[in-house]
Amino acid sequence: MLQAIKRNKAAYFFVLPAMLIMIVLVFLPLAQGIFYSFTNMDQYNMGNRFVKASYEFIGLQNYIDVFTGSGLTEFLGVLKQTLIWTFTNVFFHATIGLGLALLLNRHIKGRAYYRMLLLIPWAVPSFISAFAWRWMFNGEYGFLNVMLTKMGFAGIPWLSDPFWAMTAVIMTNVWLGFPFMMVTFLGGLQSIPKDLYEAAYVDGASRIQQFFYITLPQLKSTIFTATLLGVIWTFNLFAVIYLITEGGPFNSTEILVTYAYDKAFSAWRLGEATTYGTIILSLLIAFSFFYSKVMKVTEKE
Amino acid sequence: MEQRVSFLERFLVHIVLLVFVVIAVFPFLWLLSTSFKPPSEIYTTEIQLIPQTFTLENYQFLFNMKDGLFLKWIGNSVLIALLTTVLGVFFAATTAYALSRFNFPGKRGTMYSFFLAQMFPGAVLIVPLYNIVKNLGLLNSYVGLVLAYITTALPFCVMMLKGYFDSIPIELEEAARVDGLNTFQTFYRIVMPLALPGIAVTAFFAFITAWNEFLFALTFMNDQAAYTLPVGLRTFVFQFRTDWHYLSAGAVLITMPVLLFFAVAQRWLISGLTAGGSKG
Repeated sequence: MLQAIKRNKAAYFFVLPAMLIMIVLVFLPLAQGIFYSFTNMDQYNMGNRFVKASYEFIGLQNYIDVFTGSGLTEFLGVLKQTLIWTFTNVFFHATIGLGLALLLNRHIKGRAYYRMLLLIPWAVPSFISAFAWRWMFNGEYGFLNVMLTKMGFAGIPWLSDPFWAMTAVIMTNVWLGFPFMMVTFLGGLQSIPKDLYEAAYVDGASRIQQFFYITLPQLKSTIFTATLLGVIWTFNLFAVIYLITEGGPFNSTEILVTYAYDKAFSAWRLGEATTYGTIILSLLIAFSFFYSKVMKVTEKE
Repeated sequence: MEQRVSFLERFLVHIVLLVFVVIAVFPFLWLLSTSFKPPSEIYTTEIQLIPQTFTLENYQFLFNMKDGLFLKWIGNSVLIALLTTVLGVFFAATTAYALSRFNFPGKRGTMYSFFLAQMFPGAVLIVPLYNIVKNLGLLNSYVGLVLAYITTALPFCVMMLKGYFDSIPIELEEAARVDGLNTFQTFYRIVMPLALPGIAVTAFFAFITAWNEFLFALTFMNDQAAYTLPVGLRTFVFQFRTDWHYLSAGAVLITMPVLLFFAVAQRWLISGLTAGGSKG
């Protein structure tokens, strides 16, 4: 062990500062956060610079509260919304992104301009876009409803009806996220060797066959990485929902992270909030583990 | 050899692309248009993309806010994002290099911990970090927020930079070692200058992430003068009343420099992102 350290002195010296920062700012706080989930911490007993903290260890009580009775109904409701939010978003990000990447991967006039303009949702700071959409969703003067009324339809209660509020935040986030998938897939498409298509063409494969037998298999690992990251990001995405609906109306657009945040900094039930946090983390780890296992199995086939 | 494509198909491709371009561009265009309109033209049920009465009043309001608040928010955002970027890149550079070039016991664990750290939801970390920052008396200070941002910036920069270092041929370093440079000299004199484009792209994304961050800023900064831009702009929508005319002007001021930069550096940023980050 000691010899290994000596031999690799430079490497350890290079890694050490960042590792120390990670331990102090990420891993110790993480352990602390998980520990809080076993306590009854709230704003009165959390302590401060002058008053010693007085929260108590309560074992699994917070977890029991989440997984039984009304706590469970609450949790399952928010979990369902989180899953709808996450998978609808990633599905549209990936399909729109792939579709546009395929179109941009052709020889068409003005390709560079199309690409630049399509990247705008990615380039505009996301909190600005959230505000821009919120303004368009405005019930009375928002662009969408004014437009609908002009066309003879009734206005839509975008932010005051549970179903439409969820639709609105998802629309916003689909808009925000498709460009990233588009450039990622475009990069992947451009690295597929051209002679594969030429060979397939000579053998008489139709364009649709070429897509299913060449493009998709070749893109598989890109799609895998991009959608896995997409799921993790979207699952954790706080700002869009918080800036547009704040989780409302009637908690209908709360997802796990916004819900945990409200528990912490609106209700100040910090013990319960960290319980939610710990559950979120476990779900994410389980999901990425499962997803990569599934991918490995399908890759072998 | 080109496979033949009919005129109709080419036409349809352009139509689809144009529809998406309109969708991509419109929300910001609408905000731009709102920012130059007087309230009477904003709170109306007419659709006018070009303002009938062009006004700069919304912009003037921002610069004349009490205590120069808007300018303070810009200052806070710039300073916090810059500090995060500099510290993140600085500490990540050597680490990423070691992960790219050396084999040492514990390397896998180190890599894995940076990867895992990118997955942590703010929801787990925010309570303990809030507690730490509060107990240090650092709420409403740059330092507290920068500490929180480092937790995402550092792993991000390490993963990105490792990708760049991987793409630099090792032969140059071997030559440098033969010429008598030690590991540190090799790193600073040979590798760093070569990796400069990659470092610039990484720094840019680290900056943008901090610039856009909302969750920690909302929680750690509760004094108006300490707000960053996202939290500050939000006060126009929630706190006073819905002042879309001021908000849109602020939004345009913040977005224009970013958009211009993207337009100029687009190609470079995209190739940087695909080379470094997403190869996982």
